[in-house]
Amino acid sequence: MRRLRAPLRPTVDRVLARVVTHALVGLEARPVEVEAHLQRGVPAFVIVGLPDKACQEAKERVRSGIGSAELEWPLRRITVNLAPAGLRKEGSGFDLPIALAVLAASRQVPPERLAEHAAVGELALDGRVRPVPGVLVAAEAARRAGLDRLICPMESAAEAALAGVVPVPVRHLVEAGEYLRGCFTPEPVVERAPLLKRTHPDLRDVRGQERARRALEVAAAGRHNLLLAGPPGTGKTMLARRLPGILPSLTREEALEVTRIHSVAGFLAPGSGIVDEPPFRAPHHTASAPAIVGGGVGPRPGEASLAHHGVLLLDELGEFVRPAIESLRQPLEDGAVAVARVTGRVVFPARFVLVGTMNLCPCGARGDPGVECGCSPQRLSAYREKVSRALLDRFDLVVHLPRAPAREFEQGRGESSADVRVRVEKAAARLVERRPRFQPASDEFLARAVDTLPLSARGRSRVRRVARTVAALAGDAEVAPVHLAEALSYRTPTEVAVAA
Amino acid sequence: MSSVSISRRSTAYPTLLRELTDAPFHLYLRKGEPELLSRPSVAIVGARSCSAYGAQVARMLGRELAGAGLVVVSGLARGIDGEAHRGALAAGGVTVAVLGCGVDRDYPARHAELAARIVEAGEIVSEYEPGIEPAPWRFPARNRIVAGLTLATVVVEARTKSGALITADFALELHREVFAVPGEITSALSAGTNDLLRQGAVPLLSARDVLDVLGLELASRPPSGTAVSSAASAVLRLLADGARGTDDLTRKSGRESGEVAAALVELELAGLAAHADGVYRVVGTV
Repeated sequence: MRRLRAPLRPTVDRVLARVVTHALVGLEARPVEVEAHLQRGVPAFVIVGLPDKACQEAKERVRSGIGSAELEWPLRRITVNLAPAGLRKEGSGFDLPIALAVLAASRQVPPERLAEHAAVGELALDGRVRPVPGVLVAAEAARRAGLDRLICPMESAAEAALAGVVPVPVRHLVEAGEYLRGCFTPEPVVERAPLLKRTHPDLRDVRGQERARRALEVAAAGRHNLLLAGPPGTGKTMLARRLPGILPSLTREEALEVTRIHSVAGFLAPGSGIVDEPPFRAPHHTASAPAIVGGGVGPRPGEASLAHHGVLLLDELGEFVRPAIESLRQPLEDGAVAVARVTGRVVFPARFVLVGTMNLCPCGARGDPGVECGCSPQRLSAYREKVSRALLDRFDLVVHLPRAPAREFEQGRGESSADVRVRVEKAAARLVERRPRFQPASDEFLARAVDTLPLSARGRSRVRRVARTVAALAGDAEVAPVHLAEALSYRTPTEVAVAA
Repeated sequence: MSSVSISRRSTAYPTLLRELTDAPFHLYLRKGEPELLSRPSVAIVGARSCSAYGAQVARMLGRELAGAGLVVVSGLARGIDGEAHRGALAAGGVTVAVLGCGVDRDYPARHAELAARIVEAGEIVSEYEPGIEPAPWRFPARNRIVAGLTLATVVVEARTKSGALITADFALELHREVFAVPGEITSALSAGTNDLLRQGAVPLLSARDVLDVLGLELASRPPSGTAVSSAASAVLRLLADGARGTDDLTRKSGRESGEVAAALVELELAGLAAHADGVYRVVGTV
């Protein structure tokens, strides 16, 4: 090790080293240049350039990490600058680049070689390199900046490879140092084969419940929001959890979008690459509005964005706080969430199928023939108004699940998710390629239905949308009255709407 | 809000109501058409917190009795009363609401819109002058007017201690006909009506029962413009055996779930079936 220490001469370039890393701003990674400068004077270590608490603490991790790696801690006044100085730096991903910059400044690794790399990673006190969130976006930003090599934690290598850069996976700071000195070649990363089998629970487990199964199929094919209403124990949640399993497979582009969000949120399992299954998110009903749509000082994606291209389940919709439910209006309308903060505004994509479940009354007994509901009319209407005013209008499909009689469980196992998915994918493709047109008879039928049934203008366009999906599932090029009739059967029943 | 009052001495005062021993001295009318109160009429009363089945029956009776030309009288309360009024309005018939508060007040407040529609097609009456607050003891008094105004009283659903039973008692005292809709013996909501049946009330099995007693004819159903599809008539045949859920119908009919759903909507639109609490029932006489 000692021979590596070059004699210090009073020139700037011999004591300065740079490496590029990235700071996360929403789903974007902004390039940050890490400069380390060694000066004569009382030994000290200063990090400047708007680091947050976690980033400031890098000092201790870097010092211990370099010590544990049996490299030398330069006894100089060390200044580390994170440029641009105006951008707030958050998190622990700066540890590895800071350590490498210090090593390069003290000529323990060649600075010119380091300058060809981007780096990201957290250091353990023993010098191990730990994974951090957002490696995928950092890698993409590095590629855009023309740096095609990213020194990153072993666990994040698959993720970095997705961006098209060459990942340099390292387990320990020593490996990073040896790699830069040219005496260590990291293992190449192989992308894992796409998933053949989904990990979501299978529809086969659901016995009976023909109507709810059909509604799931329609919801999946047309990406319609679905509300399941009924007394407790009728399988509402069980059914909802099976929706992601029958959604059409994600395209590569969609999968990358999902992976990006999950990476930034820190939800990627270590070592996993692309997320190629539609995600499923089920926030608890105590979740706050920022937890659902995203927020925080440096805004992080919320549940709505984590469910992008997948399913967002709000179990017990009536129990969620009003602001949390209201906050979903924007993503349901625009397919994205804009989080505005003093420091700026970030946009997270959030296009998901919303599934809600609710009881028919606060006590849950309503709709269950075996129990008498004890809810007062005031409580009942308060419960219904909470849901109905806020969100009921956004559900294309409303299914009333009665309590299943015991004989339901004698039914055989249902169709498997894979079989249903084949039909769903066909219908979804048909909806994109050749949208089913309305027969004149269907328009007449709808006009007649509007006269008879309480149906708002919005409800009407919703019925038309659902009817198109039903026709597509049937493989028809035109929407017939029978398709409209089925679509009408998913309208909001009076039990759920505000009492007439 | 202007209102008209007629005194017991006036010739416009409803004759049937005079038979009450304590007939009100003044009757306030929100619109002022006392003639409506002298037409042949029937009271439809019952529980406020009724079952979905009770609500459907009340609406069906309101529709069919009003369609046959009877004035449907009730109390504007939630539940059975409101449904009876709505049924009569749906049939384009005349309906009268008797209030237990000042004639100008909409009580319950959520029935304000319904009250407005009732005034348009019928009348709202009360023995209380405008501005009087609703009070618990005024409702039994109101019930004697409901019974007094009508030729017959139909109790759709009632618990053992129900205001509807008070109406029935008044009707019996006046020697008017009392009908009760039979209900499940296990349901508390039917205990009052079933008890009435035991005491000799006429079981009401269809609107025709009331019309037969009063010597009236059921209005012939306007022939529905569309003949129902084969799927719909198959589903209707299954429904004739009793209320069923969609899943049950799907299995029994051996058809696809979507097809059954479409058939049920078709039946609903044709006014042949109705949905409540997860099950479909046949409504109306075919």
